[in-house]
Amino acid sequence: MAKVVAVTGNEACANALRQVNPDVCGIYPITPQTDMMQRFASFIADGKVDTESILVESEHSSMSACIGAAAAGGRVITATSSQGLALMWEMLHIASGDRLPIVMPVVNRALSAPLNIHGDHSDAMGARDTGWIQLWSENGQEAYDNTIQAFRIAEHMDIRLPIMVCMDGFIISHSIERLEYLEDQEVKDFVGPFKNFLPLLDLAKPKSYGPLILTDLYHEYKRAQHEIMTKVKDVVLDVAKDFEKMSGRKYGIFESYRLEDADIAIVILNSAAGTTKDVIDQFREKGIKAGLLKPRLFRPFPFTEIADALKNTKAVCVMDRADSYGSYGPLFMEIASALYPLEKKPLLMNKIYGLGGRDYLPSHAVQVLTELNEIAKSGKVNTLKDYIGVRE
Amino acid sequence: MATPLSLKELSKKEDRFTHGHRMCSGCGAPIVVKIAMLATDYPVVVSNATGCLEVSSCISEFTAWNVPWIHTAFENAAATLSGVETMYRSLKKQGKFDQEVKFIAFGGDGGTYDIGFQSLSGAIERGHDMIYICYDNGAYMNTGIQRSSATPLGADTTTCPAGSVIPGKLRNRKNLTKIMAAHDIPYVAQASPSHWQDLFRKVQKAHELKGPKFINVIAPCNRGWRSKTNDAIQLSRLAVNTCYWPLYEIEDGVTKITVTPKEKIPVAEFMKPQGRFKHLFSPENEGLLQRVQEEVDKEWAKLLKEAKTD
Repeated sequence: MAKVVAVTGNEACANALRQVNPDVCGIYPITPQTDMMQRFASFIADGKVDTESILVESEHSSMSACIGAAAAGGRVITATSSQGLALMWEMLHIASGDRLPIVMPVVNRALSAPLNIHGDHSDAMGARDTGWIQLWSENGQEAYDNTIQAFRIAEHMDIRLPIMVCMDGFIISHSIERLEYLEDQEVKDFVGPFKNFLPLLDLAKPKSYGPLILTDLYHEYKRAQHEIMTKVKDVVLDVAKDFEKMSGRKYGIFESYRLEDADIAIVILNSAAGTTKDVIDQFREKGIKAGLLKPRLFRPFPFTEIADALKNTKAVCVMDRADSYGSYGPLFMEIASALYPLEKKPLLMNKIYGLGGRDYLPSHAVQVLTELNEIAKSGKVNTLKDYIGVRE
Repeated sequence: MATPLSLKELSKKEDRFTHGHRMCSGCGAPIVVKIAMLATDYPVVVSNATGCLEVSSCISEFTAWNVPWIHTAFENAAATLSGVETMYRSLKKQGKFDQEVKFIAFGGDGGTYDIGFQSLSGAIERGHDMIYICYDNGAYMNTGIQRSSATPLGADTTTCPAGSVIPGKLRNRKNLTKIMAAHDIPYVAQASPSHWQDLFRKVQKAHELKGPKFINVIAPCNRGWRSKTNDAIQLSRLAVNTCYWPLYEIEDGVTKITVTPKEKIPVAEFMKPQGRFKHLFSPENEGLLQRVQEEVDKEWAKLLKEAKTD
């Protein structure tokens, strides 16, 4: 029986981690993640989990210790944000290169300079090429559900890769929402026992983790990492199917909202999707066929499926809560790549919004949809990349 | 779990760090590792910082490590091993693992004194049950002899070269052994491959103590020291007999000198056979050479006093 609660995103994720009861957890504070790991530390202190914590002196050591622990052979978690994720960057590559299924909620936050602690996707976007699987979450419920599903995906015998569960800093991590918790036993059964694969602590068969690989083989190793990524999508969908049976909540590799017959569409990640859906409803009431696509699986990126979902639209705006200075927003580049092979493609534009926690307001969605409607009629895009909500 | 200190008995033991590694001939580091690995009969898991030892001992599918071994990056052998040790404790607590295992991290002076210092200090403070062994060759030898904070005063390296204006390194090396002792841990020691029984005993003793332990071992590098290929043991012996590298241990805060040279000889005897100090023997650098001797004398006097007081 599901239990309905009013909790923050951080609290929900900490509870998911408690229900999974991992073997080892690396803990280091960073706003806005801190509260999640504090709560988890309380579960350890109160004996509610068997987890051994490693109270590290930095995120670099946190990820290093998680890698050591995962290689040793067991279920490992940590969580971070922003600068912490950036400090882990070197080790993120090593976790995926060694194929260690570490699960890490990432509470998305802007990067310095200037220093800013608020919601923004610059951190996870900076880590998009580190070989980690990335799941993104619109609200606390999705963050909770994704965290539980993440273990099954990462630990699948065909995958064995680390995974990030992304959610917006403060907007999700600190806001109280209505949420449905699963029963502890349900989560335990869903995740199942940890299955080992080449554990370092198998003393009878000593393994060497992390050799030097020269020009003769490195290329092949990296290609192999890509090959594994191609299998992730099906596993994500299988796990989602099982999760739906248990919870009644349906997940895909992305969410389509009123997109089937849409002329114009917004592509947007995480919490801003909720606001956008409301405005889309208003446009639909006015007879304008607007829709939304919200990616859930960002790495590996489901190019073909997304292209298929957007192919009948006339104009699409990809909205990025992160920037690539001197280029387009990171999500835009993915969507443009996805659409490129199509013979008939929608017109595209890119809006950068909400950096460093700047509010994303319904009026911004109205502005974008109005512009898209004009583009769909005129067939002309005036400004390909633009910033919205900027103080002039 | 004591292995008798007899070469006859030791020769019968299986090598845990095997021949066939690709360290330079005459390198001190593999000798240090081999002795340390022979010094215990417990199952061990090893973590290795990036460096000469790592890149030469595990290439593609060829590994010289006959024990579970993990390398992740340069600065985090201690943090990585703290993760392995924590998982071991977790699984033991849950009844999923029942063997007694010991943990050893190996790092060079760059990966220990410098870039790896934070990770080492953090792991030591957390109290993980492991030994960290630094093989100190006094520079970043793996990348081509750049100075580290373990580089001795006056040495010529590629980033502090002895030039016409600056005569090599003008700073003293960091006293990492003392810094590690200041972490107030059960055991800290300094050792040398020339005194293999002393090194052996120190590793053995460290394994029997619970908690974090640190052993700093001098490891001559003939490429960086610009010395003869067969000089490693002779040079490390001179390091001990000149008191450049005193052999001592600090157990529960009590300092004990484990090898006292019969006759303390001038540090120049240790330096002369090494090309990295060649420039110090020219008349214009007489003052710097004298300073090196003064520093060694000062540190030795301090150590004698500490050992005596205790």
